[in-house]
Amino acid sequence: MKIFVTVKQVPDTSGTVAVNPDGTLDRASMQTIINPDDMNAVEAALTLKDELGCKVVAFTMGPPPAEGMLRELMAMGVDEGVLITAREFGGSDTYATSQIIAAAIDTYGVEPEDIILAGRQAIDGDTAQVGPQIAEKLHLPQVTYAGEIRKDGDVLTVKRILEDGYMTVKVHTPCMITCIKELNKPRYMNIGGIFECYEKQVVTMTYDTLKDHPLIDKSTIGLLGSPTNILTSFTPPQKGAGIMLPGDGKETTDKLAGILAAKHII
Amino acid sequence: MDFRLTKEQLLVRKMVREFAENEVKPIASEIDEEERFPAETVEKMAKLGMMGIYFPKQYGGAGGDVLSYAITVEELAKVCGTTAVIVSAHTSLCCAPIFEHGTEEQKMKYLPDLLSGRKLGAFGLTEPNAGTDASGQQTTAVLDGDHYVLNGSKCFITNGSVADVFVVFAMTDPKMGNRGISAFIVEKGFKGFSQGKHEKKMGIRGSSTCDLIFEDCIVPKENLLGKEGAGFKIAMQTLDGGRIGIAAQALGIGEGAINEAIKYTSERVQFKKRISAFQNTQFQLADMHTRMQAAQFLVYNAALKKQAHERCSMEAAMAKLFAAEAASDVTRRAVQLFGGYGYTREYPVERMMRDAKITEIYEGTSEVQRMVIAANLGVK
Repeated sequence: MKIFVTVKQVPDTSGTVAVNPDGTLDRASMQTIINPDDMNAVEAALTLKDELGCKVVAFTMGPPPAEGMLRELMAMGVDEGVLITAREFGGSDTYATSQIIAAAIDTYGVEPEDIILAGRQAIDGDTAQVGPQIAEKLHLPQVTYAGEIRKDGDVLTVKRILEDGYMTVKVHTPCMITCIKELNKPRYMNIGGIFECYEKQVVTMTYDTLKDHPLIDKSTIGLLGSPTNILTSFTPPQKGAGIMLPGDGKETTDKLAGILAAKHII
Repeated sequence: MDFRLTKEQLLVRKMVREFAENEVKPIASEIDEEERFPAETVEKMAKLGMMGIYFPKQYGGAGGDVLSYAITVEELAKVCGTTAVIVSAHTSLCCAPIFEHGTEEQKMKYLPDLLSGRKLGAFGLTEPNAGTDASGQQTTAVLDGDHYVLNGSKCFITNGSVADVFVVFAMTDPKMGNRGISAFIVEKGFKGFSQGKHEKKMGIRGSSTCDLIFEDCIVPKENLLGKEGAGFKIAMQTLDGGRIGIAAQALGIGEGAINEAIKYTSERVQFKKRISAFQNTQFQLADMHTRMQAAQFLVYNAALKKQAHERCSMEAAMAKLFAAEAASDVTRRAVQLFGGYGYTREYPVERMMRDAKITEIYEGTSEVQRMVIAANLGVK
């Protein structure tokens, strides 16, 4: 049994967001972090590994420095990393990206008991499309917005947390599950893991590795294969800090009503 | 000299910094205020391999290096001096002498529990009448068949009331002076051993500091650490390593105070200007940072020497002397930059100033460090 986790290196949007004159993100001048929802997917994979002793493989597509992120995940307990990197893949939107990652996962080999985990969405694009698209391209069942995952044989019971409630879904492996932050608290790297992570394997998959896969075609990857065109990118104006009113008694609700009345909202 | 950190050391810094920010900083003020040992933090650190950083995996260590250990203590100390010294005393003063001087049986018996953090370690050298003059040990150990009988007491023992395993020094042959001192591994449950009163301290108040009392304490013969009479040498070698830990603690405390001062002075407005815009603030912070940067070089240099198994007495003494005095100076200046608010417990710099002071005193006072340095220079 293997668990594949797809992860993305994203700009740290808690710092300054820089935009190039052509409207694209100036990624080079921004600090990068591991996409927060992806960390929940990694933690879910490692929790299942602790329970079941399976192998966890992290997949990422990005420039060669993204290997550093894979090493950090290995220092947390991920067994192997796959870095998908090629000039031909540059400029891919979610459609092209999922095409490439699906091909990479398929090339690695999906077996009946395997699970693919992804974060719900990345903080730079906020599309929540890549995970579901990978599942579609691999013809696998998918469950999105997982806030709880339990495994019993080849059946996973997943609690989906939605805006207006939750839904419990059973799904057979192999399958794709996208994870949300309510699922868990990601663990830290550990010192022993840090001193082992550079001895673990990172497999590099280039255009040459994947070019013969049926999903890979010059017209479906990279900028050319991307139906999305970015017209402009900009930093939205900062919202003011919210006010927290702790407590659940009448005193708190009165206070809230007072504030809303003062703002002529009620 | 190359101080570029390895990829692993950079990851250690990143990981410990995140851990310190999320898990240690939020309770730093509370454990100081309540003088409470942060057992929950020790448990978390144990799971992350922070209680046995530079020891081999075969004994349960994390397989890291001495500089990573120094970086860990430094990063913890940036937000909490107490948490830093818990790791430092456990690692340098208990795990290290057992690893460096223990028999294979002793290592296999004690290190797996200590290095994994299941058990906590401490070190008992100081006595009421043997502080800076550690050779004046009055605790005695008399061989009686298959065990030693220890009598006497130790004081100011860091981790004292919470530790499970102690490296303790006692006089086995008073006629021999220094060469009559021997080292022992003592377990908390040994008959005749007890932990005494908790010291109420000025700083590092969440750290446990207490007396150890030996009343006909039975220590099995196989718990003699090193040879009989080798205790003083073991103590001095252990303190060389310990000083790197305390120097790293001082370094972190000073750096932490600078971080707080930069943040505060960039927000505080007086005379319609952020106080960071005043040249005095800028010059103060520039001097403070320069001192701590110099301290960092000395600390890392001593750590690299120890890692290379080179003699590091003088380097460790210089690192501790400089880092401790710099930390005291820098934290005092940080309080001054905060003005009245810095004197209150609303902000962490007064705690940092109190925590910094002990680094000039324990594991050899600054005066002792000067003696060590002068002796290494051959100055008599």
